[in-house]
Amino acid sequence: MMRFILPFVVFLVLSVFLYIGLGRDPREVPSPLIDKPAPAFSLPLLHDAKKQFATEDMKGQVWLLNVWASWCGACKDEHPVLMDLAAQKIVPVMGLNYKDTREAGEAVLSKSGDPYALTIFDADGKVGFDYGVYGVPETYVIDKQGVIRDKIIGAVTPQNLRDRILPLVAELNKK
Amino acid sequence: MKNFLIALLLILPTFAYAGEAKDLADDPVMERRMIDLAEKVRCLVCQSENVASSHSDWSNDVRQIMRDKMKAGASDQEIMDMLVERFGKSVLFDPPVDKETMPLWAAPFVMLLLGIVVLFFQLRKRRETVLQVSELTSEAQTRAANLLKEDNK
Repeated sequence: MMRFILPFVVFLVLSVFLYIGLGRDPREVPSPLIDKPAPAFSLPLLHDAKKQFATEDMKGQVWLLNVWASWCGACKDEHPVLMDLAAQKIVPVMGLNYKDTREAGEAVLSKSGDPYALTIFDADGKVGFDYGVYGVPETYVIDKQGVIRDKIIGAVTPQNLRDRILPLVAELNKK
Repeated sequence: MKNFLIALLLILPTFAYAGEAKDLADDPVMERRMIDLAEKVRCLVCQSENVASSHSDWSNDVRQIMRDKMKAGASDQEIMDMLVERFGKSVLFDPPVDKETMPLWAAPFVMLLLGIVVLFFQLRKRRETVLQVSELTSEAQTRAANLLKEDNK
């Protein structure tokens, strides 16, 4: 009897592990920056090179930092989701236009709408690098004390917005 | 014909050979040092490839940052620490042994131990079966011997 049960149990255990493995994205590297202070920076805005955005300005607010670029395909997928979010005015979303040109970045926003409270222009990607960006789009949830609380690698979808981002924002806003 | 095709297949890898991603550098010694270091860093956007050999945009950036840091006088360790701080230990091809990576390092040995235990029980069981066979009654043994003899004819 044992000789049938044992391989079957091994098979079951293996199946469970493989099944879990299937659902996981190997590209998604858990960020070591979660629960660490968001790297401080000051950069010019996309629309106006003379104006600066500094992370200091956001102290006392829960906000999202959305890293995007005109050359990024998945950014187009998440764009309508961000537009919806912006219309609801729940949380300010700052755009970080990453390794892009001003013309291309501005063209996207004027053509398909601007979901961002402000768009920060990170031409050489130095700030992106400090935030551990390796695949665009990436979205950071930053709390009132300026600590990174979550990072979404890949597009913001109605699902992860509803189940992951908004509950966290609501919780952080209570503090 | 078959041999010719095999020979052709053997040549194939020489065509597919791709050197390390080339970058312009004014200092060949530093460039060498940078490449040596970049070989230990995983390219996060390509999987199973190191930053030295990857042509991806992200790897290009990492190499450039390594160069800048080296020019500024940073040590290899400082550069590695900086990368781990931003991207986590998974950027290292050779992750350090610590609390978090212990299961990873221990897994092969646990598997080996499991294998040895299974093997031990299997062998013991087999010995028991062998012993049982030799414990046949003399009557059965003669019958078995006769059957074997018939078989050999």
